[in-house]
Amino acid sequence: MGNTTSMQAAISSAVDDGDSIYLAGFTHMIPFAAGHEIIRQGVEDLEVIRATPDLVYDQLIAAGCVSKATFSWAGNPGVGSLRAFRRAVEEGVPNELELEEYTHFGLTARLHAGAVDLPFVPLRTFAGSDLPEHNENIRTVKSPFSEEEVYAVPPLNPDVAVVRAQRADASGNAHVWGISGEQKEAAFAAETVVLSVEEVVDEDVIRSDPNRTLYTEDVVDYVVEEPYGSHPSYAQGYYDRDNDAYLEWDEVSKSHDGIEEWLDEYVYGVENRREYVEKLSSERLLDLQGGNDYAVPIDMGSY
Amino acid sequence: MSYSNTELMVTAAASRLRDDDSVLVGIGVPNLACNLAKRTHAPNLQMIYESGTVGSNPSKLPLSVGDPVLASGAVNVESMMDGFSYYLQGGRIDVGFLGGAQVDKRGNINSTVIGDYDDPTVRLPGSGGACEIAANVERTIIIAPHQEQRFPEEVDFVTSPGFVEGGREEKGLRGGPEAVITDKAIMAFDDGEMYVDSLHPGVTRAEVADATGWDVDFADDVTETPPPTDDELAIIREDLDPDGVYLD
Repeated sequence: MGNTTSMQAAISSAVDDGDSIYLAGFTHMIPFAAGHEIIRQGVEDLEVIRATPDLVYDQLIAAGCVSKATFSWAGNPGVGSLRAFRRAVEEGVPNELELEEYTHFGLTARLHAGAVDLPFVPLRTFAGSDLPEHNENIRTVKSPFSEEEVYAVPPLNPDVAVVRAQRADASGNAHVWGISGEQKEAAFAAETVVLSVEEVVDEDVIRSDPNRTLYTEDVVDYVVEEPYGSHPSYAQGYYDRDNDAYLEWDEVSKSHDGIEEWLDEYVYGVENRREYVEKLSSERLLDLQGGNDYAVPIDMGSY
Repeated sequence: MSYSNTELMVTAAASRLRDDDSVLVGIGVPNLACNLAKRTHAPNLQMIYESGTVGSNPSKLPLSVGDPVLASGAVNVESMMDGFSYYLQGGRIDVGFLGGAQVDKRGNINSTVIGDYDDPTVRLPGSGGACEIAANVERTIIIAPHQEQRFPEEVDFVTSPGFVEGGREEKGLRGGPEAVITDKAIMAFDDGEMYVDSLHPGVTRAEVADATGWDVDFADDVTETPPPTDDELAIIREDLDPDGVYLD
């Protein structure tokens, strides 16, 4: 059974105005292609959620798609600020942005509670910090077994999660290697899941190494084959982070006009990811290729 | 050999790491300090990154905590949920490095906002994992440039707790800030309050006092921070940061 479709069709069907969306990933395999498609389709009033909102959320905010950001660290990793995010918070450009703020563990724990259907998850984070004062979803709870009080966060079930993987079969059973961040929790917590992969492979490839499977078809609604779908972030073993793009974004995003020009060229000016990739020079893409470094095969045995 | 402020901060941070430490590393000075310690006195030091990589041994300078070079050759890559649960909250990490826009006299760190939370002058990136690192590791080492606006008596917003009112242990917090390494001095804590422990070579008491937002105490026996040795400088310049990215 295959669920493969185009990004355009998946986003059009999965994402509506006013939705809460989680474009998952900790620096690794960020779903840029999905984010750009959301911008192209002019979706509005989104709550964007992610522990580490980065360039793609800056782009969604600047494009006017977003009314609320739920997050724990908003920055351009290794470079500096998210300038569009800051412009929205500090100056209301292009619109006011409501914030709901956590720590990495706090937000991930919310996804976990959502994924496993619990009313809350206790955690030891937040004591001594001013964060709970500004977020009514961070509360204390007394242990039913002792006098101890700990913090707790409620479940989070985004309307839509977009998650990535290096490879999946056509049903959405997906292999991920390298940094997985909160991708599994996001996939299991969300109502609707779009899985975007570098390659669609035979089911036999997935079944040859089941321990490498991060999410199964049970949680996946759409499978999109999107090579370079995470550029300028990276996909371990496929391509490296395009650091020049992160540095360029720091310049481009210095003004709202600068971002609009960039969006005109790289998002509105192309029909899909393939056209975006064709705009990048082949030399630039080749520079992102590393050498090979294969894991030693394991023997699952034959039984 | 002459050296830069950053090189001194790297060697000062490295000297605080022990061979059996498990360290939650950060990008920049902490990453260089851990790699230097591994190549000198702490070959068994275990490097863990916020992205979940355990036992990283980066072959080049990582660009961010999510750099693929931190996953390649690591002993494990944990999900965020497992990394923060099993390793950090489970009490398996000895040392954490933190920085921030403001550090106050009780070691509280602000990386959230300058000014009012709801109407900030400057919106900073936020906690990330900093709050839980400050809460869960045994020894926090804070690294920050020494400027008056960065060292107020009280931070505008406590993102990551230092020696909080009511006591750390009472609030369920482990350990606490051990040292603050700046480009002028190294500070330590006595009874939850920061004092100057050593001055970097050529830095005067007055310079440190001027760059600190409260009437900071000095140790009775204030010492001079040991400068980097020629061997340390050679390792940093030739192996760890051959392009001089962090060493200006």
